[in-house]
Amino acid sequence: MKRYPDKRGHFGEYGGRYVPETLMPALLELEKAYDFYRNDREFRQELEYYLREYVGRPTPLYFAGKLTARLGGAKIYLKREDLNHTGAHKVNNTIGQGLLARRMGKKRVIAETGAGMHGVATATIAALFGMECEVFMGEEDTRRQSQNLFRMRLLGAKVTPVSAGTATLKDAMNEALRNWVSTIRDTFYVIGTVAGPHPYPLMVRDFQSVIGREALKQHKRHEGRLPDALVACVGGGSNAIGLFAPFIRYPDVRLIGVEAAGEGIETGRHAAPLTAGSPGILHGNRTYLLQNRDGQITDAHSISAGLDYPGVGPEHAWLKDSGRGEYVAVTDSEALEAFSLLAHEEGILPALESSHAIAYAAKLAPRMTKGQSIVVSLSGRGDKDLQTVAAATGMKTGMSQQAGR
Amino acid sequence: MGRIKKCFNRLGKSKALVVFITAGDPDLETTVEMIPLLEKMGADIVELGIPFSDPMADGPVIQLSSERALASGTDLSKILDCVRKAREKTEVPIVLMGYLNPVHAYGYERFARDAAAAGVDGVLLVDMPPEEGSDFLEIADRAGLDTIFLLAPTSDHDRISAVSGMARGFVYYVTVTGVTGERAEVSGTLDSELSAIRNVITVPVVAGFGISTPEQAAAAARMADGVVVGSAVVRLFEKYSGEKLGRETGRFVASLKEAVNKSK
Repeated sequence: MKRYPDKRGHFGEYGGRYVPETLMPALLELEKAYDFYRNDREFRQELEYYLREYVGRPTPLYFAGKLTARLGGAKIYLKREDLNHTGAHKVNNTIGQGLLARRMGKKRVIAETGAGMHGVATATIAALFGMECEVFMGEEDTRRQSQNLFRMRLLGAKVTPVSAGTATLKDAMNEALRNWVSTIRDTFYVIGTVAGPHPYPLMVRDFQSVIGREALKQHKRHEGRLPDALVACVGGGSNAIGLFAPFIRYPDVRLIGVEAAGEGIETGRHAAPLTAGSPGILHGNRTYLLQNRDGQITDAHSISAGLDYPGVGPEHAWLKDSGRGEYVAVTDSEALEAFSLLAHEEGILPALESSHAIAYAAKLAPRMTKGQSIVVSLSGRGDKDLQTVAAATGMKTGMSQQAGR
Repeated sequence: MGRIKKCFNRLGKSKALVVFITAGDPDLETTVEMIPLLEKMGADIVELGIPFSDPMADGPVIQLSSERALASGTDLSKILDCVRKAREKTEVPIVLMGYLNPVHAYGYERFARDAAAAGVDGVLLVDMPPEEGSDFLEIADRAGLDTIFLLAPTSDHDRISAVSGMARGFVYYVTVTGVTGERAEVSGTLDSELSAIRNVITVPVVAGFGISTPEQAAAAARMADGVVVGSAVVRLFEKYSGEKLGRETGRFVASLKEAVNKSK
């Protein structure tokens, strides 16, 4: 099987490196460094050390027996990325990029963040590795994810709210890119998802693939075979690619990415470019985007800040077009129901992002047989979303902060 | 011979003043009138910004200008109409500058054909480096449009050589490692950077980003074939409107031209 991406970072007609000239030399330097260290034994051992001792890997592949019984179909396994240090899968990648930045002699890291999980994970590794850290976060997101804003500041990071455009994740990424253009010589840009210019989609996939590699082994141990389907939420798509990547070569394993349908695809207020967008160029790569006829990027809408992005990683675009990946979308209210379902059935509060995956798995499982199994990526924990859930469901939290939305 | 080439030939040893405004800021009627005015007051080349929702290489002045232009309903086909109308009054070279996605959405072939027919001379797509530019370049070449590439202080010799083979019209040298916008002074190493580039690049090299006063324009023009002034002009669109905007812009452009002319 041909390996993707190609040398210039193309996944078929997607991906690539669409950036201003000022950034090109830095991307080539990064690519060269990453090419070297990904095969360097010492680097890999160091990465494994931190993932094991600091992040707490491997994370369990938990058989959600009560949820399975309630749904009455395929067995549901949860890949517990919510149990990682910092509470989500994001840290798998920031540890990797942080170690790389350190090897490259960079003293300062910057990051964009939506829900704040990637920002927290970057602030965490910056503290750990002794680097200066600045995180760009849409002003709208600083309000609905104020706890994460506070966490980043506690970790010593400077958080810069971005008020341009829609003041969400895409604008935070614009601002991070602008800052990077201006500070390119001493700064490493830690991109949090499998999007952006090459080599980021490749590098972030590699760092996140630990999710899928563990899940594959663990599922074999539990069931003695491969799972029938994988289900993960897709914003930029890093937890999904991380889970999918080691399974792409097994055609019998369905790969299902769940986008955010927001208030419903038909309302236009959603964050589902693979379901309802078209190919274009944004943030350094060619991929599916939410855009109007004139190529202007349109607003994304999702109750979950981490999925509120008008683009998606180019490998997902390629998996969709090739038919290897299946992409579906679930609404805000379906995600909220799934949040509550998992809380009641399993005693786990999932992140609203992950709740999208749970919601689709809950639709899928009853249509499958009891002998089959689904692995769901529980990409993060829901603590950060309590305000949003409270506001959306009219429940009082008794906390003094303003409601999330 | 294209208008850009003719322009540099005519200038000889004199330096070109390239003036950037965003198409459709505050509206396209203003842009149509502004193009011949800019020429009359001293602009040798007019750069028209194609507004984009996510201008990642631009500072706040041009970001806000793009927002105003989009709010007035500007899109690429209307910008081409605007160029067609301006062409009735002027032969000044017109370069469209912007981000790739609006052009991608319009379709490369259709865009190259329509832009050339409207009287556009060159196209500069900020997020299309040479590595991703060969398809577009071929299409633009066939239509007779110059594809203009950027070089930056971070570009090494290999990259300068790569751009050399693809450069049409002129090369745009980004004088700062940063986004567009005014700066306190012109980089002290600009002269040596530009001479390294001019040893390799055969088309004219103009310097832009961060050049906002007549003094800076004169300094930057010493080693370049021309200078681009953008944010400092666009800022006038923030402050003025109507006749006052025309008067103030004209006066500022004339002062830039005078400064550039002194620097041969």
